Amino acid sequence: MSAKQILTTLMTALAFVMAVTMAQAFEDVPDQVSIDVMTQYFDGVEFDHEMHTELGEDCSACHHHATGTGTTDDRCVRCHADSDEVAEVGCSACHAVDTFSAEHINRQAADVYQFHIDTPGLKAAYHWNCIGCHEQMDGPTGCQDCHARTPEGDAFYHADAQASAAGEGGH
Amino acid sequence: MSGISRRRFLAASVAGCAATTLAGSKKALAAGSFSGYPDGMGVLVDLTRCIGCRSCEAACNKEQNLPAPEKPFDDKSVFDETFHGGKQKRRPDENAYTVVNRYDVESESKPLYRKVQCNHCAEPACLSSCFVNAYTKTPEGAVVYNSKVCVGCRNCMIACPFNIPGYSYSSAFDPVVKKCIFCHETRLKNGLPPACVEICPQEALTFGKRKDLIKIGHQRIQTHPGRYVNHLYGEKELGGTHWMYLSSVPFEEVGFDPNPGNEPIINNVKDFLSTVPMVLAIWPAMFTGFHLLAKKQEGHGDHEHDVEEHHDEEGGAE
Ligand code: SF4
Ligand code: SF4
Ligand code: SF4
Repeated sequence: MSAKQILTTLMTALAFVMAVTMAQAFEDVPDQVSIDVMTQYFDGVEFDHEMHTELGEDCSACHHHATGTGTTDDRCVRCHADSDEVAEVGCSACHAVDTFSAEHINRQAADVYQFHIDTPGLKAAYHWNCIGCHEQMDGPTGCQDCHARTPEGDAFYHADAQASAAGEGGH
Repeated sequence: MSGISRRRFLAASVAGCAATTLAGSKKALAAGSFSGYPDGMGVLVDLTRCIGCRSCEAACNKEQNLPAPEKPFDDKSVFDETFHGGKQKRRPDENAYTVVNRYDVESESKPLYRKVQCNHCAEPACLSSCFVNAYTKTPEGAVVYNSKVCVGCRNCMIACPFNIPGYSYSSAFDPVVKKCIFCHETRLKNGLPPACVEICPQEALTFGKRKDLIKIGHQRIQTHPGRYVNHLYGEKELGGTHWMYLSSVPFEEVGFDPNPGNEPIINNVKDFLSTVPMVLAIWPAMFTGFHLLAKKQEGHGDHEHDVEEHHDEEGGAE
């Protein structure tokens, strides 16, 4: 067998193992996820989890090692190649909503042995995952492609400024 | 008092010391012996993460009660605005303490965006150039100013290596410096992140202790080979800044001065500064003298009040 064939066989085997694992894991996988913890200027997003799981990639594409499906990222694999599924696979279990609060910053600073000193907060985790993949897959990337802006958001962005400015360009 | 909240980011013992030396910081700075607040807060701006949504501009506008913009904050056409013969992109001014600019760099498949605001230098040139001591570097890391003290001489504007301070001339006799204050009053000193940091959807702005951000910055460079140029801008530049930058392209390609030197500006202006106390001492006396001469025939005036008036006029005319 050529190296390529070996690789293909291995990949097929791996895919099969993963499919089984995933089928088991999928029993309590939500079809819809409401992403609405930080809404103010934009409405929350009703995330079609089911549709995204069907797009063919394995869970680790979004959930890293948390679903126990292993990870392919070179940097993570050294420690997390065989990591078990974690108790809570939802994003907010690892990605804090309050990343930049005094409490969070001091807690992190106090933990001198912490390896992950740069874990993105929940908002960034979502946007990197979504926008990052959507850019590659030609998915929506504009703010209002996913979020409806609230009236408060319109005021925040001064949506009505156009009328008075009449296309005037700066100084 | 606000003593407790003031130190919310400054839990370590070093911070306690820093906070207690606050009152003396001005003097130490004038003497050029000040080494900054190592435990102060900062922001790591990662250009590879920014998507140019301008939400940070909107957040700053709201937080700092700035005037309504000419165009909505989600209008991307501002990225095409240039000034001074197409050479200069938008700059922060008295109406906008921060702006985001777009750079179309050839080697990149996507445009890059850079947020501009005060960098909150560890040893701020604006502060050392100000002869009325309007500026303060707080233990939290912010460079703030007292507009009641500002005479509008614009020394700081000339001294700032990043061309940051803007001026408000809403009143001809009360011109005041205006710039990003790291949201010090409303947020930083109360243990909250700046408004622009909080709104950023991409965490292009990472808020933390400056010393931790330096570690994080170098870790990002190391763990993402090929993603960044091997340089954390602001770590050393001009004696160190509290807002620092990571970029995927050489910094001069995204509008930075690639080599401002590592010496704080304060070292260059020290000689100049030593002449300032003399000027300050002479100036009011001189005006009092002129004033008295002019008024001699007209009888007595309220000297102190008159001196103050002249002081203001001088500042305003500059
Ligand atoms: S960037 Fe300019 S205005 Fe800001 S602290 Fe430094 S010298 Fe002062
Ligand atoms: S730190 Fe505050 S003042 Fe400075 S740019 Fe951000 S929102 Fe504006
Ligand atoms: S809010 Fe963040 S992503 Fe948006 S322009 Fe500002 S720094 Fe860039």
